[in-house]
Amino acid sequence: MEVPDVIKTIPLNWYIFFATFLFCIGVVGVLIRRNALIVLMCVELMLNAVNLLFTSFSAYRSDPQGQIFVFFIMVVAAAEVSVGLAIIVMLYRNLKSVDVGILNKLKW
Amino acid sequence: MNISTSVLLIPLLPLLGFIINGLGFRKISKGLASIVGTATVLGSFLLSIYTFNYFLSNNSQPITVTAFNWLAVGDFHISFSFLIDQLSLLMLLVVTGVGTLIHLYSSGYMHHDEGFGKFFAFLNLFIFSMLLLVMGSNYVIMFFGWEGVGLCSYLLIGFWNKNKSYGNAARKAFVMNRIGDLGFLLGIFLIIAHFGSVEYSEIFGRAASVDTATLTMITAFLFVGAMGKSAQIPLYTWLPDAMAGPTPVSALIHAATMVTAGIYMVIRSNVLYTLAPATLEWVGIIGLATALLAASIGIFQNDIKKVLAYSTVSQLGYMFMGLGVMAYSASMFHVITHAFFKALLFLGAGSVIHAMSDEQDIRHMGGLSKSLRITWITFLLGTIAITAVLPLSGFFSKDEILMNVYMHSPLMWGLGVLGAAMTSFYMFRMFFLTFHGTFRGTDYQREHLHESPISMTLPLMILAVLSVIGGFINFPEIFGGQAWLANFMEPLFANAKQASPEAFHHAHLSHSEEFMLMGVSVGVAILSLIIAYVMYVSRNTVPAEEGTPIPAVQKVVYNKYYVDEIYDMLFIKPISALSYFFYQVFEFFVIDLLVNGIGKLVKQLSNLTRRFQTGTTGFYVFAMVIGIVVILLVNFWGFLFR
Repeated sequence: MEVPDVIKTIPLNWYIFFATFLFCIGVVGVLIRRNALIVLMCVELMLNAVNLLFTSFSAYRSDPQGQIFVFFIMVVAAAEVSVGLAIIVMLYRNLKSVDVGILNKLKW
Repeated sequence: MNISTSVLLIPLLPLLGFIINGLGFRKISKGLASIVGTATVLGSFLLSIYTFNYFLSNNSQPITVTAFNWLAVGDFHISFSFLIDQLSLLMLLVVTGVGTLIHLYSSGYMHHDEGFGKFFAFLNLFIFSMLLLVMGSNYVIMFFGWEGVGLCSYLLIGFWNKNKSYGNAARKAFVMNRIGDLGFLLGIFLIIAHFGSVEYSEIFGRAASVDTATLTMITAFLFVGAMGKSAQIPLYTWLPDAMAGPTPVSALIHAATMVTAGIYMVIRSNVLYTLAPATLEWVGIIGLATALLAASIGIFQNDIKKVLAYSTVSQLGYMFMGLGVMAYSASMFHVITHAFFKALLFLGAGSVIHAMSDEQDIRHMGGLSKSLRITWITFLLGTIAITAVLPLSGFFSKDEILMNVYMHSPLMWGLGVLGAAMTSFYMFRMFFLTFHGTFRGTDYQREHLHESPISMTLPLMILAVLSVIGGFINFPEIFGGQAWLANFMEPLFANAKQASPEAFHHAHLSHSEEFMLMGVSVGVAILSLIIAYVMYVSRNTVPAEEGTPIPAVQKVVYNKYYVDEIYDMLFIKPISALSYFFYQVFEFFVIDLLVNGIGKLVKQLSNLTRRFQTGTTGFYVFAMVIGIVVILLVNFWGFLFR
């Protein structure tokens, strides 16, 4: 199917580079930050990088399937965040801290 | 009723009884359990009669009823089907008829036993297996039943499983039967390899086209199975020990039905055996040897059931001797009459044991004829029947076998008559010691002497009548009879006659010769009777108590020629020594070393790598990212660095 010209004004490659960039920020954030909240946000960033990629491919192929996938990812992400935030709240109540570096008892 | 429904119901009814009693034996009352157990077998018996009538009115055409297709491997099919012909009908009537009587008897005999319902469940399962054995239309179904009766025999010998030696007897029976079953199984495999089928109808039609060496091998292997099941040398030692089971079990399984499975099998495979004369020769020799050996052991036994057990082994030997000289219908005749009088004798012995408060030693009995009138008379009839004195059933069947043996070899006949003389002696020895002379039991036993209830004496009376008149189903021509049984079974041997007509040609004896042979065998039987009478009634001899010195020859025979001890030395000791060696050496130094070594290796290796589990989440995520990057690099290597 023909892709509308208005979409073609921004090339697909740009989206790909942008999504990769966002994803890498997310990965680096998870790796180097120790605040649990920020780690969670970085995870969201990675998810959204993927969402962006899905929507752009979907638009360039004129195929709505990719966008349907994005809805699913958003729903799962919302559920995941609620669980993650609950864990962080519990963490703070018990340790008075949200530093993931303290959580290293489970080893060897 | 539809004929195939009735054929299918014959084995299904006892199975139903087994399921009801087997699942509910803790909840069902004794009365109900015995009614269910007896009624199902009685139902099978009535259906058998119905089928028999149908068969006769339908010009004696064999009926095949297929229940379902059991196994299909490529072109090879085994169907779960039943064959109703002359042979299976005769066995059906004997198994269900005698089975019904013994079930009825058990309801009286086992009445005080706590495992009453369980006992009836096992008996019904046995009847079911036995019916499969005799009704199956191929060797695999026969084998199925063959194993089933072996299992039930094991369960029932060890029925009183709190007694360790009973349990050992059960295991001995099972293991000995397994040895025979292996031979039977190999025979079936050979049949499949050479005929590509296990159906009787296909095998027997094509038997003549297979070479004699193969047939000899097949029949020899099948006969090994018969040796185990029908207690022939060298696998006979389990049967006397099997007397540990309750007496109705001895009567049903170890006298009337299961032990004749081997004879049934040989008659069923008569085509194969006729075409393998070498095997037949061995069947005859082993039968004769077993008959003599067991009869001689029976002379010195003092346990009433042991005497009967050895007598059973010996009578089975006669049947195999008959098979060995191709007197198939005579052997079947003896199977039927033996089922009547041996069941009668065992049940009579059970009645005596019941009256004597579980005493089995004939040295402690004596003079029971006054208090046990019915048992005494019926037992006497059974004894006369087995000793083959005119005109009771045993005479006709045993004489027919001996006559055929004489035509084959007068020497074998002479030895057979010697065995008959011993049979007569030990049977009357036991009879006189039990029922005549003075009472030698304790005062307690004397006070409790009583005739058994009607549920036990009724089967005795019916079996006594059958033992008396049973011989007339094959009343020989010499007395103006029709030899009905022989004529009835004639079609069974059509294939064999077609395949090897010369084997069935033998000289006919003149009437004077026949009368002479009969006279000799009856004469020696009566002579033995008189010797037994003089020894045990006139002189009132009682066999020596345990521990008193007895002559060396008698001691050897009394101890069953030490066969059990020899087997123990030859097989059991070496095998247990070997097992002990493997347990002590191989187990510790090979298997344990290997298993523990592998365990230790894994432990050491994991000790090296476990430090990677630092517990820091960041490290794990980092490792994961590195992993993903590596996977990406590997997958897109060509794409990136083209």
